[in-house]
Amino acid sequence: MKPRYLVPIIYILFLLLPIYWLIAMSFKTTNEILGGFSLFPQNFTLDNYRTIFTESVWYWGYFNSILYVSLNTVISLIAALPAAYAFSRYSFIGDKHLFFWLLTNRMAPAAVFALPFFQLYSSVGLFDTHLAVALAHCLFNIPLAVWILEGFMSSVPKELDETAYVDGYSFHRFFITVFIPSIKAGVGVAAFFCFMFSWVELLLAKTLTAVDAKPIAATMTRTASSAGYELGLLAAAGVLTIIPGAIVIYFVRNYIAKGFALGRV
Amino acid sequence: MKTVNQHGWLFVLPVLLLVAFNALVPLMTVVNYSVQETFGNNQFFWVGLRWFEEILQSERFHAALGRQMLFTVTILIIEIPLGVAIALAMPRRGFWVPVCLVLMSLPLLIPWNVVGAMWNIFTLPDIGLLGYTLNNVLGIDYNMTQDPLAAWITVIVMDVWHWTSLVVLLSYAGLISIPEAYYQAAKIDGASNWSVFRHIQLPKMKRVLTIAVLLRFMDSFNIYTEPFVLTGGGPGNSTTLLSIDLVKVALGQFDLGPAAAMSLIYFAITLAVSWLFYTLMTRDDR
Repeated sequence: MKPRYLVPIIYILFLLLPIYWLIAMSFKTTNEILGGFSLFPQNFTLDNYRTIFTESVWYWGYFNSILYVSLNTVISLIAALPAAYAFSRYSFIGDKHLFFWLLTNRMAPAAVFALPFFQLYSSVGLFDTHLAVALAHCLFNIPLAVWILEGFMSSVPKELDETAYVDGYSFHRFFITVFIPSIKAGVGVAAFFCFMFSWVELLLAKTLTAVDAKPIAATMTRTASSAGYELGLLAAAGVLTIIPGAIVIYFVRNYIAKGFALGRV
Repeated sequence: MKTVNQHGWLFVLPVLLLVAFNALVPLMTVVNYSVQETFGNNQFFWVGLRWFEEILQSERFHAALGRQMLFTVTILIIEIPLGVAIALAMPRRGFWVPVCLVLMSLPLLIPWNVVGAMWNIFTLPDIGLLGYTLNNVLGIDYNMTQDPLAAWITVIVMDVWHWTSLVVLLSYAGLISIPEAYYQAAKIDGASNWSVFRHIQLPKMKRVLTIAVLLRFMDSFNIYTEPFVLTGGGPGNSTTLLSIDLVKVALGQFDLGPAAAMSLIYFAITLAVSWLFYTLMTRDDR
């Protein structure tokens, strides 16, 4: 082993320590946690997880999160695919300004928008629905998806489009059956980033929901404060929020790095 | 060469509508509030630019802005070189590459309030792994709920833990796009490791590093959830960054006018710095 590999190894250990601690906590009883320090769970218990899987407030939190995150990923991709195609293939009035304007939407602090978002979505009758959160997250996910997809599309030679037209394909048929499959890695990467940023964002999701669409992370903060100091339960819920992301990242591991490398800036 | 085709606008329309709905309506609401005074009951009075003047002169805003600048500059100074160094040290191919990438991406996928909660239990003085080790094994007096310096260091270490991987992923993507032939040419010329880095790797990483600095700048400048869950802005006001202060004014005191004016100033600063950096970095390209 080369000595330089120590750098990533130490870094990964540093990353895993707090995660280990969260996992260890989730298998401890509240008494053990508050009773003193122990590196491993002494009275190994699954009670914390049992509570989450049997109480509907908890497991509905997961369903809600997964539902609006998936909805957001689908909306973002459907809207971003044609837009990215236009930015990559056509030149039209104002295209560069439009592209920069899209990116500026990532710069607006979510804390600034929380209250106006609440008013906006209440006034259109979408408050406390999954659709509201999914649409609100489009604010930062669509620009990112357009940016990533544009990079992938620009690396596909224009001859592909021209050959398809010569062969008599209509635009729609070409776009759906030839073009999109040729950039499926890019679609995967864009989907991953939409999923990721929608999954981790909480401020807007919390502002736009009350009961029916409340995300899991919000359930955690509210339950934790109302039920006192239930650290074990909090830790177990935290561990479960890591799992969906870990599954998604496993599937796109080979494309992540590439996705950014091809993006344009 | 791209074809000039005004139909491009049709393709962009759905994106335009969705983003405009989310961006312009709330932005106009904020602009509206920023020039008015309200006493509740939906009664508003025009006050012109008074809130802007008050905020630009208020010591509270200066202090929060100062803390925010200090935080953002510190994490950029740590995360960017560290991320590049880790990317350089990583293997380029083989079984361990995906393993490294998956493990390193883990922190990026944890909801932000869970990150805060996780660091909270990690650093509890007597029962957290870090808190216990520092206090009882190494004998360092550490309690971030009392000591402002400890709170600052904890918030910064948490951000480094959370976001350095993004810099690593981006730099690594830049590195693997360098053709092998470049390294062979450098070897023939007898170039040192430093000159390979300075003249081959760094220029090739310029684009992705620009993205990394921009993303890290924007996101750290807007950071709210993680430090709020970890320290609540305390002890005292010591870790009250701009967003935390803003939410205190807007929702805690319900001073909508000043809060709106503050968010516009805040947004303008982010926009100006990002634009300046973006223009400087891409100036040579075209």
